[in-house]
Formats: sequence, C-alpha cells, structure tokens
Amino acid sequence: MSELTVSRLSKSFGGVRALNDVSFRLEPGELLAMIGPNGAGKSTCFNCINGQLRPDHGSVQFVGRDLVGLAPRAIWRLGVGRTFQITATFGSMTVAENVQMALISHHRRSRALWPLATRLYRDEALGLLESVSMRDQAERRCNVLAYGDLKRVELAVALAHDPRLLLMDEPTAGMAPKERIELMGLTAQIVGDKNIAVLFTEHDMDVVFANASRIIVLNRGEIVAEGTPAAVRANPLVQEVYLGAGSTYKPEARPAHA
Amino acid sequence: MSFYFAQFLTGLASASSLFLVASGLSIIFGVTRVVNFAHGSFYMLGAFIAYSLVTSLPPGPFWFWGGVILAALTVGVVGVIMEILVLRRIYQAPELFQLVATFGVVLLLKDVALWTWGPEDKLGPRAPGFDGAIDIFGSRVPEYDLVVIVVGFVVLAGLWLLFSRTRWGALVRAATEDREMLGALGINQALLFTGVFFLGSVLAGLGGAMQLPRASVSHHMDLAIIATVFVVVVVGGMGSIVGAFLASVIISELNAFGILIFPQITLVLMFLVMAVVLVIRPWGILGRPEDETAGEEYEHQSLSWLPSRAARLAMAGVVGVLLLLPFVVQEFYLVLMTEVFILALFAASLHFIMGNGGMISFGHAAYFGLGAYGGATLLLYGDTPMLLAIALAPFVAALGAAVFGWFCVRLSGVYMAMLSLAFAQIVWSIVFQSSGITGGEDGLVGVWPAEWASERQVFYYLTLAVTLGGILALWRMLFSPFGYSLRAGRDSPRRVEAIGIGFRTHKWLAFVIAGTFAGLAGGLYGFAKGIVTPTTLDIPRSIDALMMVLLGGVQTLVGPLVGAFAFVVLEDRLLAFQYWRAIFGLIIIGICIAMPEGIVGSTRSFLTRRGLVSSGR
Repeated sequence: MSELTVSRLSKSFGGVRALNDVSFRLEPGELLAMIGPNGAGKSTCFNCINGQLRPDHGSVQFVGRDLVGLAPRAIWRLGVGRTFQITATFGSMTVAENVQMALISHHRRSRALWPLATRLYRDEALGLLESVSMRDQAERRCNVLAYGDLKRVELAVALAHDPRLLLMDEPTAGMAPKERIELMGLTAQIVGDKNIAVLFTEHDMDVVFANASRIIVLNRGEIVAEGTPAAVRANPLVQEVYLGAGSTYKPEARPAHA
Repeated sequence: MSFYFAQFLTGLASASSLFLVASGLSIIFGVTRVVNFAHGSFYMLGAFIAYSLVTSLPPGPFWFWGGVILAALTVGVVGVIMEILVLRRIYQAPELFQLVATFGVVLLLKDVALWTWGPEDKLGPRAPGFDGAIDIFGSRVPEYDLVVIVVGFVVLAGLWLLFSRTRWGALVRAATEDREMLGALGINQALLFTGVFFLGSVLAGLGGAMQLPRASVSHHMDLAIIATVFVVVVVGGMGSIVGAFLASVIISELNAFGILIFPQITLVLMFLVMAVVLVIRPWGILGRPEDETAGEEYEHQSLSWLPSRAARLAMAGVVGVLLLLPFVVQEFYLVLMTEVFILALFAASLHFIMGNGGMISFGHAAYFGLGAYGGATLLLYGDTPMLLAIALAPFVAALGAAVFGWFCVRLSGVYMAMLSLAFAQIVWSIVFQSSGITGGEDGLVGVWPAEWASERQVFYYLTLAVTLGGILALWRMLFSPFGYSLRAGRDSPRRVEAIGIGFRTHKWLAFVIAGTFAGLAGGLYGFAKGIVTPTTLDIPRSIDALMMVLLGGVQTLVGPLVGAFAFVVLEDRLLAFQYWRAIFGLIIIGICIAMPEGIVGSTRSFLTRRGLVSSGR
C-alpha cells in the first residue's frame, strides 16, 4: 500500500482554481519533489495535505486514513512530520530542548506538571541531533544559530516522532547553494535509512535533480508532468512551463530567422 | 410602544457618546498599535475642562458650544504632549510597555484633576436652547439627548469623509493596513502618529465635554468609561470606526432595555454580547484577524531561568532571614512583610502566564479578589474554619478563571489584555452591586484569622509558609513539560501546533492555574487585612500586579518577588504624600522608558556587560 495517496484534490480561492483534480501517490522511502513556477499551486497542495487548508474536493489517504478535515495537530500524531519554508523553532530554548519538546509531545506528556522538562528524553534528543550533525551545538540557544543550522534542527524535530511521511516546504529556501546540496543529501540519506516517504517542494533545480527519486510538475493547479528526474528533464512540456512557450521572446530568441 | 421608542432614543444617545470615545481609541490603535489606557482620562479631562470653560465664559449657546469645542481641542493637545514625551520613546518596545506607560499617565492625570478641580463632583449647566424635553409619540425625551445623537452621526459621517476623501485619511488607512510599507514609501510616520493622537484625543475630549449637561463630572469617569470602551472596540473590531459605532449601539441599547427588566442584568448582558461575538467572530464584528506570524516577532529573551546552585543557596539564605525576622523587627514590619509575601505570590501567578506564556492579563486582580471574597464569604456565612476557607478560596478563583479564560485565550496580545480587563471590570461591578452579600462598597468586615493565628507572628509564619509553597509550586511548573510547552507556544505558535501540542488548551489551563494561585493570595489577603473591599479586584489592583512583574523584570525568575517587595515599600513611602498617585505615575512612566527589563533584568544586563557574570547560554 502507498504511504500517501492524493486523489482528485481541488481547491478554489474565490474564482481562482488553485488546485484542479490533482492526484498522485507516494511510496515508502521515496523522495517526491513537487516543482512548478510561482503560483502553480504547490503551497496550496501542501497545505491541503498537512491540514492547514481544507480542500473543496478530493481525498488525502495516509496509510489508509483520510486526512481531510483533521487538524494539523492530529495529522502530526498519525506520523506526518513537517518542516517550514521559514524556520519555526523555539528561540528561547536550546537546540536539545527544541527536540525534547517534540519528544515530550510525542509521548503525550506536554501537560505533566512535575518532572523537569530539560531532563526528559535527553538521550533520544541528542541521538537525533547526532544524526543531523548538530550534536556539538545542543546547548546553544536557537535564536543565535545560523540559518542553515536552524534547518538542521527543524529536520531533527520533524524526525522526533518517527514519522512515516515527511512534508518539507521549500526545505532549502534562504540557504547558500553549497548548504542546500548538503542538507538535501543528508535528508535523502536519513529517510533512506529509515524508509520514510518525503514530499518536498523546491525551486532549486540542482537540489531537485540531485536527490528526488520522482518529480511531479504543477502548472496552474494541474499536474502537467510526472516521472523520473531524467524523464522530467527531457519533457518538452516542462521546458515550456519553465522557460515560457517561447512566443513572448520569439523575435529576440531567434534572431537568426530574421 | 411610544415608551419603548423613547427608551430607544435614550439608548442611542448613550451609544452616540460612547462612540465618540471609542472611535478615538480605535483610530489611535489602528495606526500606532498603542492601546491608550489614558483615553478614559482624556474623556474625564474633557468634561472637567469644559466645566471650567462653560462656567467662566459668558452664558449663551455660542459660548457654550465654543467652550465644548475648545475643551476638546485642549484635550487633543494633551494627547499630543503625551505622544511626544512618552510614547515616542517606546514605540519599539513590546506593546505591554505602552499600555503600562499610558496607565502611568492615568495616575498622573487623576492627581492633576484632583489638584485643579478639587475632590467634589462638578455639576455643569444645561445646554442653552436644549434644556427642555420634547414630546415624541407621547413620551418626553430630553432635547439634549437628540443633540447628542445628531453629534454622534455627524462625527461618524465626518470620520467617514475624512478617511475616504482626504489624502491624510488615506494615509491613516494605509498605516492601519501596513505600517512598515507606509514607512518604506517615505511617509513621515512621526507626524502621522502625532496627528492621529491629536484626532483621537479630541474625540475623547469631545465625548467628555458633551457629557456636561447630562451627568455630573466626577473623578471616577476615567476608569469607568475605559472598561466599556475596551468592550466596544473588542466587540466592534479594533481599528474599525463603523465597528465601534455598531458595538456602541448594540451595547447601549441592550443597557437601555435590559435595565427595564432587571437592573443588574445589564452587566450580564454585556458579558453575553461579548461572549457571543467573540465566539462567532474572534476579531470583532468588523475586525480582521491579526497576522498569524505577528506573534513570532516576539524578541526571545534569555531564559536561563533554572537557578544555579549559588542562586539556590542565596534563596535559602533569604528564607532563613525571613524566618528569623519576627525575633528582630517590630510588629509593623511584620505586617508589611506579610503583605509583601501575599503580593509576591500574586505577582508570581501573573508572571506564570505573562513571562512564560506571553499572555498579558490586565484583569488578574479579578482572581485575587474572587479568592479574597470566596474566603471571606465562606468564613462569614458558612462559619468555615480559617485554614479551610483559605484552602477553598483558590477554587472560587479557579472557577472564574476557567470561564473568563476560555474566552481570553482565543485572543492574543493587546486584544487579550483588553478582554481580561473587561471581565475583571464585570466581576468588580457585580461585587460592587450585590451589596446584600458582598457589602457593596464597604466590603466584608470582620475577616479575622482564627484564634490560634491571631498573633502577628503566627500569621506571618502561616503566610510565609503558604506563599512560599505557592511560589515554589509555580516555579516548578515553569520547568515542567507543561511550562515548557507554554513557552514553546509563546516562541512559535506555528511550530508548537506542528509538533502536536494544542496551544490554546495549554494557554487556558495556564490561565486557570494562574487564577488559582492568585486566588490563594487573595484568600490570605482578606485575613491579613481583616476586611475585603471591592478594591481587591479593581483595575488599579490589576495594574499593581503588572507593575510588580515589570518592576522586577518579566524575563527573570525572582523578578516578581523583588518587584512585590519594591512595590510595597514604595507604596508605603508614597502614601505619606497627598499626590502619591502622580508620583507613582511618573515612576511607572520612568521605568517603562528607562528600565524595560525591570530591576532584576537590568541589573543582570549591567553585570553581564561588565563581564561580572556570564550571559548564561
């Protein structure tokens, strides 16, 4: 059975069809990249899956359960982790405590009044930080970290409850090119080891083609192409979506004909 | 039928005068994001100044209306002075500081009014030409009420024209929508802010001046109107003029008709309206939701709160000194210290939600007072033993906190502050009016400790034990998973939901816990004083708690305790002066401007800069 089955998802804002009949599947251990120009519907699709938005039509099945109508909180409990386009961490806490919070919530102890939070699940948290190479910064506060390091912390937090599916909204936005490749390489390695399915959106094509096992291309709310990186790269329709149909710049682009 | 129409007009007249004041507050908030606590004081000032002008100018309509308008303009100038001298310095500070600083202005203006006009209420003349009543469908309606109604609609229309037809109005609307963008476009914001303060203050002054022929001018007008105005702008939607108008009409008409059925019901009605509106539309009738990420601009301060070994030893040392105190000092100081302990617990309970959860309550005294009244009524009516009464008092407060908190946690930032204040004011009014049970203004007397604890020394130790236990319990919870979840939600509401924690429920539970401990402090307070009066839960008492937390430092652990100590000592010294409120007001303003980190926080920063202590993490 697929980890995630999205079928016939549609969502309109006023008169604008942001998503139109989008369907795809995601298998365990697969890194599925969702790409497309600005306004293609990537974020809408993402938010329909993670519970931030309620789709008008269609269903989102996660290991046999329908996620539509569930709160983001409930979806997380089912085993869906997520990272944000702009990092969201607890700035007044240390790196380790950020991960510990996710572990505390995972063990449903966020309302415990007596134990000291900093001592709970500390070893597990340090282990997770080790896996994202942040172990040596465990005692630093999050609001003094470099942006790239914050992204790693987010990854560790997202992995804390042993998710089966990871949703990553533009995981490398705001990072330097070299860091991007590193972070996605790290992600690919971790999810490979743990057999986690990943859905991510991305603007950097180098990152996409280097790490995605499969790519879907959205344009104007519809899937226009789907396949392996090689197939997508060769797809003329994709080139058209990304480079334009060629009509606008035709005279300049082909001066030889003149 | 005609009677109801007359009643409707009476309601409309009240709505109209409420709208004048509320629209001013709303405009100021929309542009500057400052909730001006002193707005009620401007209203009072308008009435007093109009009284002086109208009684000293020649009689006749020209001079009467001239006096009213001049009074409004004078208040506008006062508003501008406040904006330039105080608020300009703290626009960048957290919104809490602006609220508290303007409360300092409230205290200052209270004493200015007392000094200028004396303590008596003033009865102004009737409006020349409108001093009779006219017949409408057989019922007599005061002519002046009709004038007030007309003025309300004229101001509404005038504001609408100003905002939709003038360049300045367009700038104000743009600023309400996106302040930063306006700044980026090269608009002089300082000038715009000052202008907005002038307009808003003129409206408050006009509202006050217009009241002159309707009611006597008193020194209670400021806080009496501000709570109602807060309800109006929360219900109508912050920054919306039409919303303020609609809310004024709804609330005033409910009052006008509710009072026919059962006078006490008007408060309950106000509560119900607020509850219904906020459940259906949390941002008010015509308000718009706050930017979801707005809370994440919160400047995360260091919370290396967990006391080090040395700090723990020092605290133990302080407790040791406190234990020995009764053998050393006179009884007077024991009484003073007993009050310090109680207020320290009160402050610590507010700090629990404020410092850790980022929730600003401007009505925390409600739970302190509920505890005090709960304990006193149990003792006086139920013959409950003292210890049991003190033990049960927190539950009374917890019940109140559970109901009001349920609504409060739906809002955030200043919205929550205003709503909590409105709730506290409702509790105050209920206590004040139910004189059969609560003794009304005189309060409940004879709340004395049991025989065995009647010695000052014994009661001192009892208070020390209970408050110390309470404070330690609160501290422990700060470092528990629950306390951490709360802080996590303050740091990033988005992330905390994304790791499966329901932030709103946690906020609500925290609100109830804070209310419970405030109630415990209140229960003790009644026995310490022997009397429980409505002042245990009035607005100034709520501000006291805020002051203690701010004075000590919001982002410190012992801040609230140091703050309580400083506060009690300061108050004890200041009460010797006739105009202590003014002095206190100036101190508040000074702290907001000069020491935004409080005593403990500023000391720590100073030592850190000097390299005397490490910066923690």
